[in-house]
Parts: sequence; C-alpha cells; structure tokens
Amino acid sequence: MTSPPPIRFELRRGAITAVPLAIAVGLFGISFGVLSVSTGGMGALPAIAMSASTFAGSAQFAVASVVAGGGQPIAAIAAALLLNARYLPIGVSVARFMPGGRLRRFIQAQLVVDESWAIAADGEGRFDPHRLIGAGIVLWLAWLVGTVIGVLGGEALGDPAALGLDAAFPALFLALLVPQLASRQGVVVALLGAAIAIALVPFAPPGVPIIAAAGAALIGLVKR
Amino acid sequence: MSDAWIIVLAVGIGTMVIKAAGPVLLGGRPLPDRVQRVVALLAPALLAALVATAALSTGNQLVLDARIIGLGAAALAILLRAPILAVVIIAALSAGVARLVGVG
Repeated sequence: MTSPPPIRFELRRGAITAVPLAIAVGLFGISFGVLSVSTGGMGALPAIAMSASTFAGSAQFAVASVVAGGGQPIAAIAAALLLNARYLPIGVSVARFMPGGRLRRFIQAQLVVDESWAIAADGEGRFDPHRLIGAGIVLWLAWLVGTVIGVLGGEALGDPAALGLDAAFPALFLALLVPQLASRQGVVVALLGAAIAIALVPFAPPGVPIIAAAGAALIGLVKR
Repeated sequence: MSDAWIIVLAVGIGTMVIKAAGPVLLGGRPLPDRVQRVVALLAPALLAALVATAALSTGNQLVLDARIIGLGAAALAILLRAPILAVVIIAALSAGVARLVGVG
C-alpha cells in the first residue's frame, strides 16, 4: 500500500480542480446579487451576508423568489431549509473521513457544497477531506465575489422590472431542476410538486404553495 | 431587525446545522434508507414548485404573461447547454422584449 499523498498536495489539487466550476459558481453568484437588489429584493448587505453564511445557491434563490413574491419570512426560511435538507445525507457521507475535533469538523462541513463534494469523491464512497477543503474555499470565494459584483452591477442597472427580470426566477429554477430529472421518479415528483403548488396559489399565502409541494417527495417512501 | 436580516440569520444558522449534523453529531452513521430517498426527492419537488409559482403566479392570482415567453426561451437555452447566467439573461431579455412589443 502506498502512503497517502501529503495534505498540501490534496489541498492544492482540490483548489485547482475547482477553478472551472468556480467560474460557473461566480456567474451564478452574480445573478443572485443582481436579483437581490432589484425591486422587492432583500437588499445588498443581507444578500452578501447570506452568500457568506449560507453558501447554497438554490436555497438562496428560493429565498429571493419567495421574498420578491411577497411571501412571509417563515415561508422563505422553510423553503430554503427544505432545499438544503440534501446536505444532511451529503454531510453523513463525508463525515467519517473528516479529521479533527468537533469544532474543526463543524468548519470543514461548511465547505461542503455539491461541487466540492463531487471533487473530493475518490469512488466507492471514499472522500479526501483536504481536497474538499481546497475546492470548498475556492468555490466559497467565487460565490461571495460573484454576489458582490452582482449587487454592485445590479444597482447600476436601475429599475430592472422593465427589463423582464421577473422572468429570471423561473428560468433559474428550471436550470437547477433539469439535472434532477434523470430518474423517472424525479420527473413524477417534479410534476406532482408543480401541480400541488399551482393548485394552492389561489388559496394559500405566497410561499406556502412551495412548501406544501415538498410533500410530493413522500413518494420516496414507496419502494421502487 | 428587518425581515431580510431575520431570514439571513435563520437560513444561515439552519444550513450550518444541517451541513454539520453528519460530521459533528452522527459521525458517519448512515441515515435510514427511507429518509435518504425522501430527502433526495425534495429538490425536484421544490424546484418544480418554484418554476411553476415564479412563472405563473402574482400573489394569489394565476396569470399568463411575458414571463412564460422568458421561460420558453430559457428552456431552449438550457437545451443548448448555455451557462446559467446566459439562461437568466436570455429569459429576462425575451420577457422584456415581449412586453415592449405588447405581448403579456
């Protein structure tokens, strides 16, 4: 058996592998920043603080969308946390490879996003924690810098409602949804989720139809 | 504290706890199969609901307007594997143009 590669090698390897993805993540961050400072958005500083602390694209866009649609804060919070629930099993999958005490592992866990997790995967359920850290830091910086650029650029754009920016939200969510449709069950759940939400729009406060749609995921209890 | 900051705080802390639960509390013990299957399906359910409500609703009203044209353009851009920022810009521009010419 060969000895494991040195820590700094894996840190650097993770960071370098993440660069092409970081460009995409940065562009994604720019759109989050722009939408946050548009009419009815959450504002510049909350958006930047959220990118720094939450570091999860789809959940942050869900918040932006619910807020822009006039939903209550509790609806925005619930939608975001339900979307981030996937980090529970992802966190479990990397847990036994993380070195250090509870505090160190808590901090490392914050660098887990879909992309850094994929970069750290060694196959057969094994993960390199240092590659995860290297990739995670690069991606976090890209997300944060992208958000700041978007906030500044969005403020320069002026009133964007006239530009059709309200059409940006469904477009974004569609782009995030498409990779989730690889399995037939994913397609069925997506159709059911959309149907639940649309059916509730006339009766429920804004944001609530989205949370109710999470019920479609209970199809997972049925054995395939 | 404003609503925006309450949301930032709650989502930030909640997400940190979710991410750290496995590494700090569970130490790598796997989740039950059923839980994993439901959690995996939350993303398609919620994202589809977000597409539908963001495209078709304003408050408690179901409406068909220029957003649907933007969404159609976005779908085409996604099919052509455009990067996500391009998808967003194409959607906003087509909806904006549709409004300018008086559609939706």
